[in-house]
Order: sequence, then structure tokens, then C-alpha cells
Amino acid sequence: MIESENIIDIRNDFPILNRKIHGKPLIYFDNAASNQKPMQVLDAITNYYANDYSNIHRGVHTLSQLGTTKYEEVRDKVKDFINASKREEIVFTKGTTDGLNLLANSLGKTFLKKGDQVLISTLEHHSNIVPWQMICEVTGASLQIIPISRAGEINVDAYIEMLNDKVKIVSINHISNTLGTINPIKKMIKLAHKKNIITVIDGAQAVAHKEVNMQDLDADFYVFSAHKLFGPTGVGVLYGKERYLEKIPPYQGGGDMINQVSFEKTSYNDLPYKFEAGTPNIAGVVGLGAAIDYVNEIGLKNIEEIESELLQYATEKLNALPFVNLFGTAKQKAAVISFIVKDAHPYDVGTLLDGMGIAVRTGHHCTQPLMDFYKIPGTIRASFAMYNSIEEIDRFIAGLIKVKSML
Amino acid sequence: MAKMDSIEKEIIEDFELFDEWMEKYEYLIDLGKDLPKMDEDLKTDRNIVKGCQSRVWLHSSLEKDKVLFTADSDALITKGIVSLLVRALSGRTANEILNHPLGFIEKIGLKEHLSPNRANGLVSMVKKMKAYALIHAS
Repeated sequence: MIESENIIDIRNDFPILNRKIHGKPLIYFDNAASNQKPMQVLDAITNYYANDYSNIHRGVHTLSQLGTTKYEEVRDKVKDFINASKREEIVFTKGTTDGLNLLANSLGKTFLKKGDQVLISTLEHHSNIVPWQMICEVTGASLQIIPISRAGEINVDAYIEMLNDKVKIVSINHISNTLGTINPIKKMIKLAHKKNIITVIDGAQAVAHKEVNMQDLDADFYVFSAHKLFGPTGVGVLYGKERYLEKIPPYQGGGDMINQVSFEKTSYNDLPYKFEAGTPNIAGVVGLGAAIDYVNEIGLKNIEEIESELLQYATEKLNALPFVNLFGTAKQKAAVISFIVKDAHPYDVGTLLDGMGIAVRTGHHCTQPLMDFYKIPGTIRASFAMYNSIEEIDRFIAGLIKVKSML
Repeated sequence: MAKMDSIEKEIIEDFELFDEWMEKYEYLIDLGKDLPKMDEDLKTDRNIVKGCQSRVWLHSSLEKDKVLFTADSDALITKGIVSLLVRALSGRTANEILNHPLGFIEKIGLKEHLSPNRANGLVSMVKKMKAYALIHAS
């Protein structure tokens, strides 16, 4: 059982949770889109700008060196957080989408040719579909889609059959943003590696909710965003095995990513800087470091426990409502619930819940092919974080009953 | 223009009855439910309004010099909003429609409550109605 005192302590770290929306206390159930920021993260960013700010790398003055140290310390922190083997394997990006675009481009140029295949699943977010479609168009490779069951689970048998000699890359999400399905990525990575296929994992929905260990998973690449890890927007992480990062070309050119530049020929910087062109989001990286400290302090095991209790409680309560249909009933699920209210448009439901101070997401959740699979235009999605409470779920359920009576 | 203003005034007065956010939306839902049914044949791709989270259809026809609008949506709140636009603009000449400032939208406190998504939808609806008027004017 969740100790309510612990939840209150956690809630106190998040100033936005005291906000009122339309005169009602905010209930924030849109954590899969982005979660809120604790004071510790806000303070780290403010302090950095107020006291330590300047541009980093190559500066001889004190502030530049201080900033460089802070920035590079976060790289070590990320390395430990996901248990990567080397700091050179941690590349800072703008976010998950940026990381996936980098990989589609740089892996595509190196490994894809006409007739090759890239495998993704029906569950993917548009950001793990469109970059691959774009590079397939350029290279003449084709995108193949791993089917899922009605419950929203990847069909692993079908996946095994799809792993033929033409497949060069498999790119799947760790956790589905729309349904919450936790995919069996460790098994899928192992199966791909048996055939020497490169594996890319979109970890956007995973990092704030469960422990992620690169040595255990053995993914070749793993990408995520800071803003879904209680950190700031506009910064993310790309983990890649060193031997692959060495082999693939840079994605963007500019300052910081070079060794020597002449008009005839430019040589590139060492890892990880080869992939970090231009002045990076320094304050964002500092914020990410504070977010990782924060998550470590609470402990991902505790977070997982709180969230799984919230998920179980909300699922039971929603299942008891005769006018609600749930989508995504995988055995392994993160704290994300997609549903529809019978005979009501998700937009109406979402708008009226907002009137009660309850923030949920409605629509296709950037997974239109998944909506096509279920033959629905969209769902209402409630997604939880460790600062949410059982009382909030009760108010949400009461809100839904009221909404149903209005429509 | 005077006639237009009186319709706008009416709408504004209707909304002044409500203090509570929820009441306003209940009223919009009722308006949506009351909107006359749109002929299914008119729900074509040509009549669809882009930029809304819900689907919205708008159709226009010309009767003498007056432009008549019919509309529908698969979401009730959206239907209520489009019904207000139909009420304000239907039965006017093309020129009247083109010059209509539609100031009531802001006055009834809807704009501030609509998400950017939704606000874009509203803007798209108005744009579509004015585009129809332009066709009828020429």
C-alpha cells in the first residue's frame, strides 16, 4: 500500500501541483506526454544561469571550464543511470525524436541499401515511424511492421518469422505511449542479434518508470527525452554502443563536432562530440542531471511500486464503469490507460474533464496506425506518475460519471 | 450590419447567464444536440474542416442572394461552437459574411477556454465559411 505521507512529500517537490484549473485543484494525468518538474530541477537550471553560465568546451576562462565540468558530469551521471559501459557512448540530443532522426540518417547511410528491411511494430509513435520511412525512401529499403494482438502485445512469433537476411535494423519502443504495453525488448534484442541485426529502442516512456540497464538489455541504441524524466524540454539522450557510434557518420555538421576543418576536407571529433554539433542545451543538460539525482533519490523501485498500484486501482475502477471501453490490456503494463467513453467523442470527454481540473490527453497520441488497427479515431489517455494519488483517481472516476451524464 | 450585431448581442446575452465554466459547456452541448441534422451526403471530404481534433463538416448553398450554412461534427462541444457560427452567419449576403468581425467569440469567453488545438479549429471553421462566401460573391 502506498504510504500517503510519502506521496505528500513527493507532491511538495512539484510546485505546479498546487495550481488550480478553472477553480479546481489540478489533477495531472498527462504524464506520458510530459511529466512535471520538481523544485530541485528548476533550482538547478536557475542557479546555473544565475551563477555559472557561459558557453562550454574550449574556453580558458573560469566560467567556461566550470560549465564544461558540470555538463560533462551529467554525461557520467547518465552513463551510471542506464549502466552504459563508457561515457563516450552517451550523446546529448534534443530529445527522443532527434535521437531517432539521427539514427535513421546515420545508420541508414551506413547499413541500408535497396531491398533491405527495417522492422518496427504497430505500436510505434510517429517519431519511430516517420524517420525510418524517410530514410527507406532515400535508400530503397522497406519498412516492415511487426503485428500486435488485440490486447496490444507484440506478436513475438510473427517477429521471429520476419527476421530474415534482408532485415538490417529493428526499432521498437520499450513501452507504448498509447497503451502502456511493456514490450519484451530483451528477448527481441537477443533474437535480432542472433541474426546480426542492429537494435534501436525508443525508451521515451520507460526511463522515468522503471530501471533501464544497458548491460542487461544489450540494445545497440537506446534513446530518451529529459522532459519525460522530470527534466526540461529540448534535451535528450542517445545511448549507442561505441563500435557502432565509431562506424556511423555524424548527423549534423558545425562547431564542436570537428577535429580539423579546411575547405578541402574536415575531420571529425572523437566520440561523443562527433554527434554534438553546435552549442548544446547546456542548462537543459544541467537540469537533466538534477532530474536523475531526484529520481535516484526516490528510487525507481519505489516509483514502479507506486505507479503499479495506481494503475491497478484505476483499471479496476474504470472496468467497473459500464460505459467505458479500455484499449491495451497487455499483461505487462506501465501506468498508462487508454479508453473510450461509449457514444462520446474523446474531445468532449477531455474538454469537460479539463473543466473539472483534470488533465488527460485525447486523440491519436501520435500513433495513427495503432488507431487504425483498433478502427477508432482516438482515445482518452490517463497516464500516472509517482506524485499522483488514489484520491485523484477517485475524483477522476467521479468526473467521468458526471461527464457521461452531460453527453 | 445592424442585423448582424443584434444576433451577436443575443448570443453574448445568452452566455452572460452563466458564471460557471461547466454551465457554459453544458449550454454548448445543448446547442450541439439541437443543431438540425446534416444530410449524410453532405459529409464529404470537400466539406470537412481541417485543423480540428474532432471532425467538422460545413456546407453552404445560395438562396437568392443569401448564403445558407449547414454544419455537423462528431463531437458535441464542437457542434455547439459551429452552431453559434451558423447562427451568426447563415442567411446573410456573401459580402456581409466576408466583412463580419465575429467579435462575439471572444466576448462569450470561449476563446480563452479553448486549447490552441481547438482555437485553430475555430479559426479554420470561420475561414471555411468566409471562403464559401467568397465563392458565392463571385
